[in-house]
Amino acid sequence: MQKQIEGSRAVAESVALCRPEVICAYPISPQTHIVEGLGELVKSGELKPCEFINVESEFAAMSVAIGASAAGARSYTATASQGLLFMAEAIYNASGLGLPIVMTVANRAIGAPINIWNDHSDSMSQRDCGWIQLFAESNQEALDLHIQAFKLGEELSMPVMVCMDGFILTHAYERVDMPAQAEVDAFLPTYEPRQVLDPADPVSIGAMVGPEAFMEVRYLAHAKQTMALERIPQIAAEFAQRFGRNSGGLVRDYRCEDAETIVIALGSVIGTLKDTVDELRNDGVKIGVLGIHSFRPFPLAAVRAVLQGAKRVVVLEKSFSVGLGGVVSTDVRLALSGLQLNGYTVIAGLGGRAITKASLARTLRDAIADKLQPLAFMDLDWGIVNRQLAREAATRRSGPIAENLLRDIGTVASKVH
Amino acid sequence: MTAPIKFYQTGTFTVGNRLLSPEQRSVQSSLERSNSLNSGHRACQGCGEALGARYAVDAAMRATQGQLIAANATGCLEVFSTPYPETSWQLPWIHSLFGNAAAVGTGIAAAMKVKGRNNVRVIAQGGDGGTTDIGFGCLSGMFERNDDVLYICYDNEAYMNTGVQRSSATPAGARTATTMAVGAEPGAQFGQGKNVPLIAMAHEIPYVATATVADLHDLETKVEHAMSIRGARYLHILVPCPLGWGAASQDTIKLARLARETGLFPVFEAEGGEVTAVTKIRRRVPVEEYLRPQKRFAHLFGAKGQQQMLAGIQARADRNIKRFGLLDVETAE
Amino acid sequence: MNMQKPFAITLDPGSSLANKTGTWRTERPVYVDRLPPCNAQCPAGEDIQGWLFHAESGDYESAWRHLTRDNPFPAVMGRVCYHSCEGVCNRGKIDAAVGINSVERFLGDEALKRGWQFKGPASESGKHVLVVGAGPSGMSAAYHLRRMGHRVTVKEAGPLLGGMMRFGIPKYRLPREVLEAEMQRVVEMGVKVELNTRVANIATAMQEGHFDAAFLAVGAHIAKRAFIPAKDSSHILDAISVLRSMEGEDQPMLGRRVVVYGGGNTAIDVARTAKRLGATEAIIVYRRTRERMPAHDFEVEEALEEGVMVKWLSTIRQAGEGALTIEKMTLDEKGNPQPTGELETLEADSLILALGQDVDLSLLEGVPGLEISDGVVQVDAATMMTGHPGIFAGGDMVPAERNVTVAVGHGKKAARHIDAWLRGTQIAQSVKHAPATFERLNPWYYSDAPKTVRPQLEMARRTSSFDEVQGGLTEDNALFEARRCLSCGNCFECDNCYGVCPDNAVIKLGDGKRFQFNYDYCKGCGVCVAECPCGAIDMIPETV
Repeated sequence: MQKQIEGSRAVAESVALCRPEVICAYPISPQTHIVEGLGELVKSGELKPCEFINVESEFAAMSVAIGASAAGARSYTATASQGLLFMAEAIYNASGLGLPIVMTVANRAIGAPINIWNDHSDSMSQRDCGWIQLFAESNQEALDLHIQAFKLGEELSMPVMVCMDGFILTHAYERVDMPAQAEVDAFLPTYEPRQVLDPADPVSIGAMVGPEAFMEVRYLAHAKQTMALERIPQIAAEFAQRFGRNSGGLVRDYRCEDAETIVIALGSVIGTLKDTVDELRNDGVKIGVLGIHSFRPFPLAAVRAVLQGAKRVVVLEKSFSVGLGGVVSTDVRLALSGLQLNGYTVIAGLGGRAITKASLARTLRDAIADKLQPLAFMDLDWGIVNRQLAREAATRRSGPIAENLLRDIGTVASKVH
Repeated sequence: MTAPIKFYQTGTFTVGNRLLSPEQRSVQSSLERSNSLNSGHRACQGCGEALGARYAVDAAMRATQGQLIAANATGCLEVFSTPYPETSWQLPWIHSLFGNAAAVGTGIAAAMKVKGRNNVRVIAQGGDGGTTDIGFGCLSGMFERNDDVLYICYDNEAYMNTGVQRSSATPAGARTATTMAVGAEPGAQFGQGKNVPLIAMAHEIPYVATATVADLHDLETKVEHAMSIRGARYLHILVPCPLGWGAASQDTIKLARLARETGLFPVFEAEGGEVTAVTKIRRRVPVEEYLRPQKRFAHLFGAKGQQQMLAGIQARADRNIKRFGLLDVETAE
Repeated sequence: MNMQKPFAITLDPGSSLANKTGTWRTERPVYVDRLPPCNAQCPAGEDIQGWLFHAESGDYESAWRHLTRDNPFPAVMGRVCYHSCEGVCNRGKIDAAVGINSVERFLGDEALKRGWQFKGPASESGKHVLVVGAGPSGMSAAYHLRRMGHRVTVKEAGPLLGGMMRFGIPKYRLPREVLEAEMQRVVEMGVKVELNTRVANIATAMQEGHFDAAFLAVGAHIAKRAFIPAKDSSHILDAISVLRSMEGEDQPMLGRRVVVYGGGNTAIDVARTAKRLGATEAIIVYRRTRERMPAHDFEVEEALEEGVMVKWLSTIRQAGEGALTIEKMTLDEKGNPQPTGELETLEADSLILALGQDVDLSLLEGVPGLEISDGVVQVDAATMMTGHPGIFAGGDMVPAERNVTVAVGHGKKAARHIDAWLRGTQIAQSVKHAPATFERLNPWYYSDAPKTVRPQLEMARRTSSFDEVQGGLTEDNALFEARRCLSCGNCFECDNCYGVCPDNAVIKLGDGKRFQFNYDYCKGCGVCVAECPCGAIDMIPETV
């Protein structure tokens, strides 16, 4: 059924179609509308049986989900940014215990300085936590990915994060095709846990594992993710067959067939990139876009296959490993091992800074001309940066950076237009 | 004389009593007790927590006819019971993290509710660190939502698993690795620490109780009562730690008994935020009798003793006695 | 297990049994049995704790049978035994000693009420033993010997069974129907009794009767005399004659003012008897103080309650017609009474001397090997055998404290050794368990329970009749009293060790079978030892 609704609402309805049995809710922008929507569906009785629990923190949210999942209930929660970090310990625990919890991460920057707008720092900070991380390009994909995530996670006994850009997707009203309950039921089997807390068959879950077996446990988690590399495209294909649209999968490329330059990105920015690529193509530039939809497991082979024939790769990142550069770039570079490509990392859109087609086109043209710095910062205001560096060089007690910068740029608090 | 004979040689102080009818006997005296925490665990000799855990969980197992699931915080109890490849637990049990046992309990309870398995009950358990400190947020949340979980705190008054560091349950004056017996005010600071049973009561949850490993029948009765109630329940059990307290391994129960008999550890029950029952002191003793056998209080005694600190600890016991009415009226001061 | 468990993080229940923590142990607990002080003290060798154990659960017949393994006269004992067991009872250090004696009486009375009988021997030995004297010692020996399968003939000089129990103890302390019943029960086992049969010479009697062994248990019936200058008209009697005459048709004429001379239990008995016979005044004259009086304090107390008076620190200088001359005494540093020369007159219709008794040993004359000194026959303390092989002796005849319980104990001990002697075997010296001292107990575990006081007859009836003064316990009381027993040094299956072990390393074997340590898992913490209420677990070093 076609609907013109907010992304968060779309996700809420999609999650509800998956018949979660326990939902843990804790507010944090820009995720809040999702659990609000679910809360309403549970309270109204549309989603039942389901326990909707207003927990006291994200740490508790994940912990309640762990308990519920271990006891055999399909469990869901959503968070973002600081919330994701606050539950970090439990995130690792959920994956370590192999509990197929599904969580939406409405991607948002991490403070300080506190910032509620979109980038990918939060998800990226948890890239090694053992969860599967799927990135949605659109609201339609976001809602579709949740349906796939439960299937995937429960098959493999692994938790899945569905990452969607905060505000850009969560708060955008778009037309989506909402599947019918019967269709979802046909696609997603009931949860059959690999292990369950049940008095009829008692087990101890969560043993202390010493040096004698810890590496094996870790390797087995990796082996699971390797299996996911096979299952993710299969599930996406099955989904496409049943629902008539392509959502998910490991990677999806756009106009890459003869591309000399390929831009790699995750999430909603792929849409902007496609428009930019179209414009550049109109100018005769052989350029394409490779969207990564499964960041963990990272599809090394799929990425390599697409990039095989290109001359250069530009990784557009909404995350930043301070002191190094790109986060995704590092992984891409691994995929390129042995291939002689010019590689560029473009850090863009941190803390919600708008990524415009104009800036993208300018940056990509520099890359095509191989004039781009290997590590570039799109739309960085060098004036502000240099003034602050000078201040700090001159004065030990130069004051808080964020406030200094805001003072420099006056009333315009950010470059969000 | 037609009055029934109520006196049974050892009353109900011993674990069992051949003179009692079987239904009046303790869970622990039974051949059929579940031994929820099985032999072979790696707890230290004379571990109060191992004992308290078996007492409490066995009682809960009987009360629920074995339909019980446990969530366990990180800590001694978890480490000594479940080192791969062996576990001592005989009921479905999960360890997640140090600070989230209450929340995991909530999740399990929610799962059971949603699946319509209302006969399956949930306990969450942890030490004092996992309860009064790091797990406190989740605990309070579980209380506040009145989730159907019995939370059991095994209080041995410090972080024993990490090597005896101070927790918010560490009593004033006690030496720990982070409150050393040095300086002008050796040991844990006076005027600090929190009373989680009272805080639990402030949540107005259906049931709050304290107990010790020295009084099995009281403990079992409380667990049984707790399992007859739905909603959030809290049981705080004092479990002496021979290693952390610097006490002889055979004195575990004796020390728990003395903690109660001095008034330092009030044993009571509360429902809906109101104290409903208090276990009276049977033979009152000065705090010194309790403190002396413990090396963690050694600096209070001897040539360089701390009379003022001793008086402070005694004052605390006296306050408890008054506050909770721990003495019968005729013997009260 | 259908579940495919994740590797390492999920484990099968209870699998820690694979980890044998017993290897950590440096000391091991072991169950022990220790000798409770009551048992150690009992002159009759009763397993007091053993029979209280049965009484605690209300199984009085088992309790009685257990008791009568050692002492066939619980109803008598429960009345006349001086129960020194209670004096050493560990419970006395907590509140008050267990009322062992009153429970024993309850059991004895219960047995009489229910008609419980002793079982006869399983087989006959073919041996024949002569017992001389049907007092406590003789009848005790007869009982035990009969149980062991020997033919027993008791020859008694007097007309009735009971010996000094009948002729030395007043009815108000020991009703005759109780005594008679417990004596008869022994007879019914097949013991032959010949009353009014005085044995003039033991050697002759044995020879004539073809006895294989003999046990001599003649009571101390002969009153000791003291020289008191007296007028012919003065009315002087001896206590034992007075008490004996109480058993006959004619009660003695003592007058309204009766003075008793002496400080032992017999003096008390006779004074109280005089009171009951109608004396307005019964006065005991004793040369020392109350603290030094040999009579048992509770008897003195009862006598005083009944109006018996005592002149302490007094001797009788002279007996005149209707009056006595009394001299006041004083105690020297050693506590011996010394005359002061201070005299007074005491009106008295009769003077009864209660200065102790002797045994008539004439039946021993001419028997080779016997050694007699201080008026008693010497025996091997271990076997009760005299210097003449096959002749054993006990009770008042041998050097020992003279009371019913000691006499009963002699009878039992002699019977065991007579049996061994007849069978040509020896009784192996049994190793006595170490004492169950108070310090080994954990008294916390016992409920607070003060001793039950036995009802007493009201005063009016006490001084006007020979009804029994001391009542028995009701069943409820007896049960309560039995349950006050701490079971010192012997497991009473309180389940404490089973419960308090942090390692589940105690195996409960089931009712009556006690417990066993599982050394595979016992870490040797010692909590079971510390928390054993009765001190029945020892901690011993582990041998490497």
